[in-house]
Amino acid sequence: MASQTGDTLFEKIWRTHEILRRPDGMSLLWIDRHYLHEGSFNAFDLVARRAARVRHPELCVAVADHYVPTRHRDPARTEPSILEMMTRLASNTKAHAIRLSDWQHPAQGILHVVGPERGLTLPGLTVVCGDSHTSTHGALGAIGFGIGASEVAHVLMTQTLWQKPPRLLRVTINGALGPWIAAKDMALAVIARLGADGGRGHAIEYAGVAVRALSMEARLTLCNLSIECGARCGMVAPDETTFSYLRGRPCVPTDFEQACDLWRMLPSGPAATFDLEVSLDAADIAPTVTWGTSPEDALPITATIPDPARMEDAGRAAHARDAIAYMGLRAGQSLTEVTIDRVFIGSCTNSRIEDLRLAAAVLAGRRAVVPGLVSPGSAQIRHHAEQEGLDQIFLQAGLEWGQPGCSMCVGMNGDIVSPGERCASTTNRNFRGRQGPGARTHLMSPAMAAAAAVTGHLTDARPMLAGRA
Amino acid sequence: MEKFKTLTAIACPLPLSGVDTDQIIPARFLNRTRAEGYGDYLFHDLRAQPDFPLSQAAFAGARILVARRNFGGGSSREAAVYALLDYGLRCVIAPSFGDIFAANAVGNGLLPAVAAADDVEAILHSLRNNADPVSVDLAACKISMPGRAWGFTIDPVWREKLLQGWDDVDLTLSKQAEIDEFVAKDRVERGWAWL
Repeated sequence: MASQTGDTLFEKIWRTHEILRRPDGMSLLWIDRHYLHEGSFNAFDLVARRAARVRHPELCVAVADHYVPTRHRDPARTEPSILEMMTRLASNTKAHAIRLSDWQHPAQGILHVVGPERGLTLPGLTVVCGDSHTSTHGALGAIGFGIGASEVAHVLMTQTLWQKPPRLLRVTINGALGPWIAAKDMALAVIARLGADGGRGHAIEYAGVAVRALSMEARLTLCNLSIECGARCGMVAPDETTFSYLRGRPCVPTDFEQACDLWRMLPSGPAATFDLEVSLDAADIAPTVTWGTSPEDALPITATIPDPARMEDAGRAAHARDAIAYMGLRAGQSLTEVTIDRVFIGSCTNSRIEDLRLAAAVLAGRRAVVPGLVSPGSAQIRHHAEQEGLDQIFLQAGLEWGQPGCSMCVGMNGDIVSPGERCASTTNRNFRGRQGPGARTHLMSPAMAAAAAVTGHLTDARPMLAGRA
Repeated sequence: MEKFKTLTAIACPLPLSGVDTDQIIPARFLNRTRAEGYGDYLFHDLRAQPDFPLSQAAFAGARILVARRNFGGGSSREAAVYALLDYGLRCVIAPSFGDIFAANAVGNGLLPAVAAADDVEAILHSLRNNADPVSVDLAACKISMPGRAWGFTIDPVWREKLLQGWDDVDLTLSKQAEIDEFVAKDRVERGWAWL
């Protein structure tokens, strides 16, 4: 057995979940939490085709999030195709006795928000879901990764998965973040540094004093975006911040303090080694926005649109030319000159209470000059925000106060950005057509999206936050 | 699962990098069932562009796709693999693939063949000048066109799985005794982790 001081957080969790290892290096892993959503119907169909049963329904949790309407909750106003998705999830989960928070349930929300919020995701667990942003759950010190429908079906039928251990990448961020710099800025800076596939084949552990200083919600944002550099998962070692966040949540273990003692043994030992190490200085991270059609196309707000003619790499230049054309920009243009048509504040990346508070801090007493939708991450967050009066700030600024769901991040519920429209968005992907056919997406933090709403163009939020929040 | 051994077919060049799964199949088509098929929606929005390679007569009936770096990154949607398969494709050659996409591909008998970036450029270049069929030999990890050949890589476990047409569920069910033993022990040792 390897020494405890030389093991990483990832290796310690992996080892406790390994049922067997084949000579070819494949491990059969035990899965502790399996999250399901409306999109999981293909997997249920695969289970049905084998006339199989769900092996451990008690370890599965389903929540409606991808297709749920986020501008209302009225079945009478809902498209039949959306209602059909709600029905499919309800009947599949009922048939297999899987607990479901459907679109009318008081615990409904985005899975990657609800799992941690309810204390379902815990340190030391393996967490999977048919959704790439399952990397979010690593913020609690778990191994969380996205899988496809065939693997979802495999987990439903066996509560296990065949996996080969990924390589390990430690991203160390030391120093202190500047005022009003958010986890979103940190994550976009990491992705810009690594590239959209720089983390491919790797599990990331985020370390360093700047990461330790992050709140739990900020860590969830950071780990959420791990998949945007291609990584399998992203993790932060559990510590007192993690335990304080979890303490008292409804689904945590009854012997919580005893569990904390076990979780305190999870962090990577001092002699732990990684296949790859990358370091950033937090002080160098500026408010960051994307300009192109890949999350790696991220720059400080003070920068200008890059010039493909000056790029040495032919592939990069071709990508930049295509991206600039699609986005309707010009090389050399200042990012702050880029005008926007709407804002979206929400998604599994940035819809938690701290995100909404920061956006509200910018918007308080100000008016948005473009339309926008604010979609809280869960019904609980929605309630919390209303108790704090944040909903009134958004409404008085002229934005819509919506319901929880994936909403305009992926547009599956019909809330889309129109062709050619430009959206300042707190989401995770600026891919072509991600928010709707022809939509142009700029990714940024909630404060930056709120600032863009007020000015109508990409804006450094920092002066607007001075003396606030 | 259908085995993959060798394939000789028309190869379609797709000289783009970062073709994410949202491009392979846009989200608005994901509510379809597998029985309805996804092939008509493959690259739906990219196909609207003039001269999109897959729409050209020369590449009709293509069963191999050749693309640049980071093919299939982003969303975990397995429908991206279904769309490629339902369209008739059995192999994608690229310098790199999104991890989840590649796993989904192998699970469905679609070969994600990783070729060196320079070799991919050479293949793309050859395909610009003629539409000679391309051969892919999985056992030998070899791609060839008349008079030329290149190697490719794939995880050896995945290669074996494709060659044999293995089904993971059957394999796992054969290990049920070991799983039961693990569960009995785990419930005692990590009782806190269970719901």
